[in-house]
Amino acid sequence: MRELLRAAFVIARRDFTATVLSRTFLLFLLGPFFPVLMIFVFGAATAPIGSDAERPTVAVVASDQDYKALDQARARLSNALGPVTMINIRQVRPSGDPQQVQKLLQSSQPAYIAVLEGGLSNPRLIGSMRRTSGTVKQINLFVADARRMQEVSQPVEVEVVASKRAPGASVSGRALTARGGQSLLFLLTLLLAGMLLSQLIEEKSNKVIEVLAAAVPIDAIFLGKLLAMLSASLVGIAVWASVGAAAIAIISSTGLSALPVPAVGWPVFGILSIVYFAMSYLLLGAIFLGIGAHASSAREVQTLSMPVTMAQVVIFAIASIAVGTPDSGRALAAAAFPLSSPYVMIARAAEAPEIWPHLVAVAWQLLWVALFLRLASRIFRRSVLKSGPVKRVGTRPFLMTMLAGVGLASRN
Amino acid sequence: MLRQASPHSWTGEYAVEAVDLVKDFAEKRAVDGVSLSVPTGSIFGMLGPNGAGKTTTLRMILGIIEPSSGERRVLGCSRPIEAAHRIGYLPEERGLYPAMNAREGIAFMGALRGLPLKLARSRADELLDQNGLGDWAKKPIRTLSKGMAQTVQLLGTLVHEPRLIVLDEPFSGLDAINQGKLERVIRNRAADGVTIIFSTHVIAHAERLCEQIAIIAGGKVAFNGRVDDARARLRPIVRLRTRATDGPWKAALPDSARYEGGDWIFELPQSGPEPLLKALIDGGAGIETLAIERPGLHEAFVAIAGDAAAQAMDQPEEVAP
Repeated sequence: MRELLRAAFVIARRDFTATVLSRTFLLFLLGPFFPVLMIFVFGAATAPIGSDAERPTVAVVASDQDYKALDQARARLSNALGPVTMINIRQVRPSGDPQQVQKLLQSSQPAYIAVLEGGLSNPRLIGSMRRTSGTVKQINLFVADARRMQEVSQPVEVEVVASKRAPGASVSGRALTARGGQSLLFLLTLLLAGMLLSQLIEEKSNKVIEVLAAAVPIDAIFLGKLLAMLSASLVGIAVWASVGAAAIAIISSTGLSALPVPAVGWPVFGILSIVYFAMSYLLLGAIFLGIGAHASSAREVQTLSMPVTMAQVVIFAIASIAVGTPDSGRALAAAAFPLSSPYVMIARAAEAPEIWPHLVAVAWQLLWVALFLRLASRIFRRSVLKSGPVKRVGTRPFLMTMLAGVGLASRN
Repeated sequence: MLRQASPHSWTGEYAVEAVDLVKDFAEKRAVDGVSLSVPTGSIFGMLGPNGAGKTTTLRMILGIIEPSSGERRVLGCSRPIEAAHRIGYLPEERGLYPAMNAREGIAFMGALRGLPLKLARSRADELLDQNGLGDWAKKPIRTLSKGMAQTVQLLGTLVHEPRLIVLDEPFSGLDAINQGKLERVIRNRAADGVTIIFSTHVIAHAERLCEQIAIIAGGKVAFNGRVDDARARLRPIVRLRTRATDGPWKAALPDSARYEGGDWIFELPQSGPEPLLKALIDGGAGIETLAIERPGLHEAFVAIAGDAAAQAMDQPEEVAP
């Protein structure tokens, strides 16, 4: 075992270095930013004609007179400043309910970013935004201008009161986080596990594989390649996540706190995301590596991996029906199925606060990872050194290899 | 049946022992009952035409592929991978990472065989310097000439100072100068007590380098033993030129004698040279020249493996399955 791990580390180190230090890895890192950049470019171009619905809305709990003064101030400023994205304000008449502000903040139709109360004489802005945010600045301007028009000479500062959303208000947001986390996990796994295939084809074509197979156990080659690509993927994810978080912090007026907080909290959710990505990657990567070992060309890889990819899409669909009902029977069944388990459990992390189900799930998934690695490694061992002239992979030989891998067919 | 092997029970007499190795692929039997014994410290040649089963036999010996049946033991280990740190292997199809530099390529191969990376790098530097490639140490392998790349791969095979070196068709693709260099490397390592096995389809290489050979044809071992023993299977050849074209002396020639380019060529009779000489002189042959030549390995190969196998030796090597 020690020699196996040592050899796997040697191979992983080389593969990781070769991958991360290559120019193509830089392109790989930049790849996801191109569509985001396009969205921003086109978003900026269309910003001036964006609909009111896309602007943040502040509920104004005030009398008709105060609200009218504020709305007129907003219109004047809008005319004076030109095509600046002004926040929307919407009047809500005082109901006398002490929970009115909290209820407004919990409302999703319409969704308010904050609530302004106290009228023009004693304005208080309640919400989860920062004091330096654009929303607070604009509200201050509206109030100051409205008061000026009412010829009230004494200036007043809008009091900003930070509030957290009530737990009930987070349900829809958490479901959003659950779906987002699930989709991201699925896309990353599919994208990055696929990289293993092309890498193995390259290895077979430059004949290094025989040098490796003569020097170290085949299992070590398999494990080393898987770990190297997992590490390279995690580097990519770390870069993307950092840039994404920085972008959100810069662009959003409320920073990362604008995102719906997962039930287990962001730090634990982050750790679980990495763990479930690793599990999902290892499970799918093991299958892809087994397939890659059998294929002789990129075309064969595409042909052979298509059914696995389609199956994975179905599994993702199964996992997604568990969102919103983490304790239902179908959610538990999907969590028990090894290939869908990581997706279901990351969604659960967004929706349910208990930690122990994740410990059980990780142990369960680790067991399956070990089984998948073992099986795929046997297929890999059987297939990888058939390096003769390129031949088409027929269905029967492929199936026989797979069956031999699980010990259901003869080896020769 | 080989005795149960472990590195500790290894006597050291044979670096490699194989008994009845068989390898079946889907469509054919590539190796059919190969048995070999390679003495420790010897230079052992595996001689055979293309497709004879040399590469498959070497791969089985090294544990790269498992035999369908039969047993093998390498440096005392019945599982060859257990001896991997003491083995160096140069495959027939050279395999290097093109983007790696020469130094890292060699060090990586050393690390695979258990060498700490730091030590592997320092040895790589030494080896590259010794072989005139010091200036190329930091260059990507893809920028090296084919001969240089082959040298890099050979150095990677030797960097961990193995006790058994297996070279599959090491001379193929090398020019005469590099072939000479490689021969020197093989001799130097053998002088240090390292066992060397190489496969070749060029008889001259085996004849120059090997103490022991195995002639493989059609997946079977046609001969396994000393080069001298292979040659001794044939009678010495007599080349005779006479002044007389006819006479009673001709009765002294064996029936198989043939006349080529003014010379009579025939195997030396079992009775030896003296009775032959006496009969030629007494019969008035008028001996102009008489040479008794020891047969070469090529003749021995033809006699052992047959003409067809000898002709196949000149064909380009195919990729083994």
